[in-house]
Amino acid sequence: MKKAIITVVGKDKVGIIAGICTFLAKEHVNILDITQTIVDGYFNMMMVVDLAGMVGNFNELQSELGKLGEGLGVMASVQLEEIFERMHRL
Amino acid sequence: MADFKEFLETNSMINSQNLDVRTITMGISLLDCIDNDIEKLCNNIYTKITTKALNLVEVGKQIEREYGIPIVNKRISVTPIALIGAAACKGPEDFVKIAKALDDSAKATGVNFIGGYSALCSKGMTKADNDLINSIPEALAVTERVCSSINVASTKHGINMDAVALLGRKIKEAAVKTAHGDSYGCSKLVVFCNAPDDNPFMAGAFCGVTEADCVINVGVSGPGVVKKALEEAKGQSFEGLCETIKKAAFKITRVGQLVAKEAAERLNASFGIVDLSLAPTPAVGDSVAEILEEIGVSTAGAPGTTFALAILNDQVKKGGVMASSFVGGLSGAFIPVSEDHGMIEAVEKGALTLEKLEAMTCVCSVGLDMIAIPGDTEDTTISGIIADEMAIGMVNQKTTAVRIIPVIGKKVGDMANFGGLLGYAPVMPVNKFSCAALIERGGRVPAPIHSFKN
Repeated sequence: MKKAIITVVGKDKVGIIAGICTFLAKEHVNILDITQTIVDGYFNMMMVVDLAGMVGNFNELQSELGKLGEGLGVMASVQLEEIFERMHRL
Repeated sequence: MADFKEFLETNSMINSQNLDVRTITMGISLLDCIDNDIEKLCNNIYTKITTKALNLVEVGKQIEREYGIPIVNKRISVTPIALIGAAACKGPEDFVKIAKALDDSAKATGVNFIGGYSALCSKGMTKADNDLINSIPEALAVTERVCSSINVASTKHGINMDAVALLGRKIKEAAVKTAHGDSYGCSKLVVFCNAPDDNPFMAGAFCGVTEADCVINVGVSGPGVVKKALEEAKGQSFEGLCETIKKAAFKITRVGQLVAKEAAERLNASFGIVDLSLAPTPAVGDSVAEILEEIGVSTAGAPGTTFALAILNDQVKKGGVMASSFVGGLSGAFIPVSEDHGMIEAVEKGALTLEKLEAMTCVCSVGLDMIAIPGDTEDTTISGIIADEMAIGMVNQKTTAVRIIPVIGKKVGDMANFGGLLGYAPVMPVNKFSCAALIERGGRVPAPIHSFKN
């Protein structure tokens, strides 16, 4: 398993989750956990995903996800989970 | 179990509190490049650096992308050039040829600085040490990315006052040679006491002879993270304050450890150390002075500043040490004037003086750093400032350094701008009374009594 965190932030509208999830399914990225809130009209979503079976490489996924986010009017980024684990866990 | 709060905390450190890895510095040993023919030597140096550091910048960028943590600088440090050039260099002009080879290697690999145009002469100077020091003004003027450092003192060996006197003159010469750019040459020259072999930070980085052939040293930063944590600990006693700083330092250092290990593995180099320094930048929210203010002084330089800095430095080390398997370099809080907007403001307000900065260097990890002084300051006065700082390092068994810039053509209150990463600084007043007779004595100061530990 190669865990990563996807963060999506931006103005709320119809189809953000659908857009991101469809893209991830196409890339064979498995979603392990999701949290999503809306504060003052701003959409905020974090996902824990597994990149082990992904179709392309990390750089391609990152760049495609960024472009998809732009299209949806949100900021979407992906980071490997290890940075969070190292910072907060002994 | 995923903890989304932790994800948010980390990303807010990166996005709004300026958490970054300040530098990945590759230390490269040039001992196997030595030749008695200067042209061959320069070729060997260029080939070795460009081979070892071929992927340094790209690997740094890739780690940045994968973990979402900015890695601001990718740099190289090399074995002190006085050792490497001793057999080939007939005089200072030959050393300048090596400086150019280093500059070319830096440009070819894409790093923004290369350190190690250095000599270690805390006890005595060889002809090569002397020639290298004499070549510094020219070398720093004709190159763009080369940084120079000279170790003139240590707790083990005392202070080489001949070198201190010589460097007072060379700093002035370097200032004159780069007078067109506010004497920026001097911003690439550090005079050390107890210089560490594994420092990743410029301008003082070199790859000591105790190091492996190719080693990765990482400097973390994050004054903004510490400041934010302290904002949330407002009103707490010193116990709470210290705990807060330690926890923030721990988290910052863990990121450094991750990046250092990844970089070493991908670059096929040894993992050297993580340097736990709080290195400020001129950006708002990235300032050590702001942390001191958060601790409780109204502005850096006010009474209590040395105390606050001492606490900060100690807690950063305590928090960081457990977070990394190897800690080294300078490790502590940096107090450069030109690279910290809070320090700049404190100087402009008249709250922070050269003398207070000297006191602060007794408890921080570096020394008098990036300080602009009037261009007409006497050579011997510059040597006197260096000697004071070397004495502090020698007696207190710590690293201290002087990076001071006599800005030619500028006087107290004028602003000097060194460009880009090096920032800008108001020209500070220097004590007008002479120490020429002290500097003219020459010779060397014997090692202090507490060096005899055998």
